[in-house]
Amino acid sequence: MELDNIEKLLEKYFEATTTEAEEKNLREYFSQEKVAPQLEQYRPIFAYFSQAKEERFTKQVPLKPRKNYYKWLSIAAVAVIAFGIYFGNAYQERQIEKEQALYAYNETKKALNLLAENFGKGTEKVAYLNEFEETKQKIYKHN
Amino acid sequence: MVTTIEQPTMTQSEFLNVVMPFKDKLYRLAKRLLVSSEEAEDATQEILMKLWAKKKMIENYKNVEAFAMTMTKNFCLDRLKSKQSNNLKLVHSNYADGASSLQKQVESKDSVSWVERIMEELPEQQKMVLQLRDIEEYDFDEISELLEMKPTAVRVTLSRARKTVREKLLQKHSYGIG
Repeated sequence: MELDNIEKLLEKYFEATTTEAEEKNLREYFSQEKVAPQLEQYRPIFAYFSQAKEERFTKQVPLKPRKNYYKWLSIAAVAVIAFGIYFGNAYQERQIEKEQALYAYNETKKALNLLAENFGKGTEKVAYLNEFEETKQKIYKHN
Repeated sequence: MVTTIEQPTMTQSEFLNVVMPFKDKLYRLAKRLLVSSEEAEDATQEILMKLWAKKKMIENYKNVEAFAMTMTKNFCLDRLKSKQSNNLKLVHSNYADGASSLQKQVESKDSVSWVERIMEELPEQQKMVLQLRDIEEYDFDEISELLEMKPTAVRVTLSRARKTVREKLLQKHSYGIG
């Protein structure tokens, strides 16, 4: 491209009135080995732009969102706690029930023993009835 | 017959295919604003993860790139704002790293990287316009939409930025090593 033209384009460039195509021409001109000495001062500008264009983002992006992971973790924790409270309570209730049952069992046993003892006494007394029967038989025979 | 078209959710590889063509542009815009490449990497990572979380939404977007670039711009400007209010200036973090400032001194002999340093000193709006036009080669309509500026304002800002770069570069040349 003619030098005259490049100088005009540069003027437009600094006024920001160049089109994209014109800016492309400028970039191409300044990427050459040979640049007119009076334009050499502008070379670093375009050289820097094409160098800056080459910068790349190389870091890996962890796409499995951490947020979700925490969400599930907290749900799991809540479930474990609820489970624990529910079954812990049930366990405690069962312990109390067991104690109550044992107490009731002992009380019943005591009551039954008492009853049995009195029953024993009763049978002894009933034994006298036999005596009565025997005597009665004797009387019948005699008659 | 009425059929309901249910779009299947984007898979990870489909998402990467959508994002691949412009992820470097996000990074370069972030780096232009935040200067530090480490912070720019973090910012880009954050933006991509936000996009992934919104993958159901972006399926309906025609121009995902413009959406992602706008997100990056807003994210970085917010970062800079909160940094300023915390009095944590970027300059300080640069001083802290002795090795990189030494490297910068060595590089500064090279006039190409002068341009980079000159761009660091530009106001944010000028940085972004210059980045989008001269490095990413966006057209004026795209830039004005992305930066929410009128096209004439974009031209004025771009002209100002280009002229400042030229002026400062000339100064450095005449003073020797800047």
